[in-house]
Amino acid sequence: MKLGFLVDLNLCMGCKGCEIACKVENEVPLSSWRLRVKYIDIGTFPDASRSFTPLRCNHCENAPCERICPVSALHYLENGIVNVDNERCIGCAGCMMACPYGAIYMDPETNTADKCTYCAHRIESGMMPACVVACPVEANIFGDVEDDTSHISQYIMGHQGGIQVRKPEKHTNPKHYYVGGGTYTLDPLAHQRIEGYSLFTNITHLEAVGDKNHGVLDRFLAPFTGHGKLDNKSLIESATDAESHEQEGGH
Amino acid sequence: MVENTIHATQAIVTLDVALPGIIWGWMITLNMWAKSIGTGVILVGAFLLYRHKKEEMPNLRWIMPLISFIALNVFLLFTLVDLHQPYRMINIFLHPNWTSAITVGAWMASLFTGLVTVMMLIGGFDAFPDFRKHCAVGKSVRGISGFYEKIFPFVVFLAIPVTLYTAIIMAESSARELWQAPAEVMQMMWAALLAGSSALILVSDSWSKETRRDLALILAIATFFSFMMYMGEYFFSFKSAEAEATLAFVHSGGSYNVEFWFGMVLGFIIPFFLAVSNMKSENKTLLRFAAILALVGLYLAKDVWLKIPQMLPLS
Repeated sequence: MKLGFLVDLNLCMGCKGCEIACKVENEVPLSSWRLRVKYIDIGTFPDASRSFTPLRCNHCENAPCERICPVSALHYLENGIVNVDNERCIGCAGCMMACPYGAIYMDPETNTADKCTYCAHRIESGMMPACVVACPVEANIFGDVEDDTSHISQYIMGHQGGIQVRKPEKHTNPKHYYVGGGTYTLDPLAHQRIEGYSLFTNITHLEAVGDKNHGVLDRFLAPFTGHGKLDNKSLIESATDAESHEQEGGH
Repeated sequence: MVENTIHATQAIVTLDVALPGIIWGWMITLNMWAKSIGTGVILVGAFLLYRHKKEEMPNLRWIMPLISFIALNVFLLFTLVDLHQPYRMINIFLHPNWTSAITVGAWMASLFTGLVTVMMLIGGFDAFPDFRKHCAVGKSVRGISGFYEKIFPFVVFLAIPVTLYTAIIMAESSARELWQAPAEVMQMMWAALLAGSSALILVSDSWSKETRRDLALILAIATFFSFMMYMGEYFFSFKSAEAEATLAFVHSGGSYNVEFWFGMVLGFIIPFFLAVSNMKSENKTLLRFAAILALVGLYLAKDVWLKIPQMLPLS
């Protein structure tokens, strides 16, 4: 069994339902995303169009993150999922440097690496990933790519020649496919990312990797001084100054 | 890449999340820089011992492992400090993943540091016989004095993979296209020879003129080839679109252009000419100045090379 994902970008309408479902299901902290939908505007008004691209871990068959992780915190499950054990992670960020898709983040609550696991806990219980369930147009298709009768395999066969993966030149063998994608949507260098030009938000880079209040000394003293457990509420409180609020906008 | 310069094809991200900025920052630069010194002094020291009599470098036996020990501890300290969960460093030894260059490197560097520590203790206690004369540790260390010469060849051999494994970590960081070039391996080796010769120049005051000339020669060769390697990377467009986009940060108008050229001029060009001139007519002060410049420039060059690939969006 090899579980894989397919997103039909012709169907995706950018509602971000999958993004929210993922956040809720996996309790993903503020400033972190396991799945996100990127909007790209192509052309110039009035001859312009907007595309939506959901981006998540590609669960590569030849995963660079698994290879570089010094403690096997990132590991394969039998069904092909690249899982993460954040009890073992040492927070070296090697996986963040290795993942060509920028799919791994440093969780600001646990200060360990985390990412999409295709909702491995739900799969184990026979359920579909949260993002699949939430998608109102069934643009997210999930299943066993080694089973020719599965919906995803049928979908791939039905769109032969139109299936793409991100960065195939990296030889990671991603198990995450796109239909209806193009260079604009799948190549991060094919579009500009201009500071201050995004809708609703004017920040393009995070202030810190992981918890910004988890400085060098905190990393060593936290177990003894009771560095309080962080959650979304405390993260909000730590960012209540006007400047940071203005920076983050309403997004 | 898609042509973005005409209106019809212009593509702009209009809604996305904030991306991480620099993930491996100055602590990793310092880590790599210190490791270059730590392994470089052993490699260069071994070369000097091969070429010259011990009497020409009276303090080399203890000062070489001492410099290496200090540099390696700076390297290990910042390796640890950069972890978001430093106490879990132990997992590298308890749950090693042998496909990871980080794991292999951590094991090798730990062994290397242990052996250098033994050499430092033996060298130090032998050099200062009155120090802790009646102390049990002093006595037992002086009792195994010959062990120094026995482990030294192994330490020199181990210094090579300890120098190079960082290049393998960079190669495993497959998201960063700039580091995928084989030149990274040679850059690490030249950096070690440059840093090692520079560090030894600073303590070579009482050494013979010939040994200092050899140090100047190594510094000249290392700076020359380091500069050539960087220029090769800078000018030759054999790489992918991502590597080219990365190099735009050091090309004219790029945000790291100034730091890059400061690194090149301070670290390689000026020290090269000073070292070459020193081989003709010796001037200890100028040679020391060259060594300090080389160490500063090397830090800047490494810093730029570490950071620029992290500036590109990956998705």
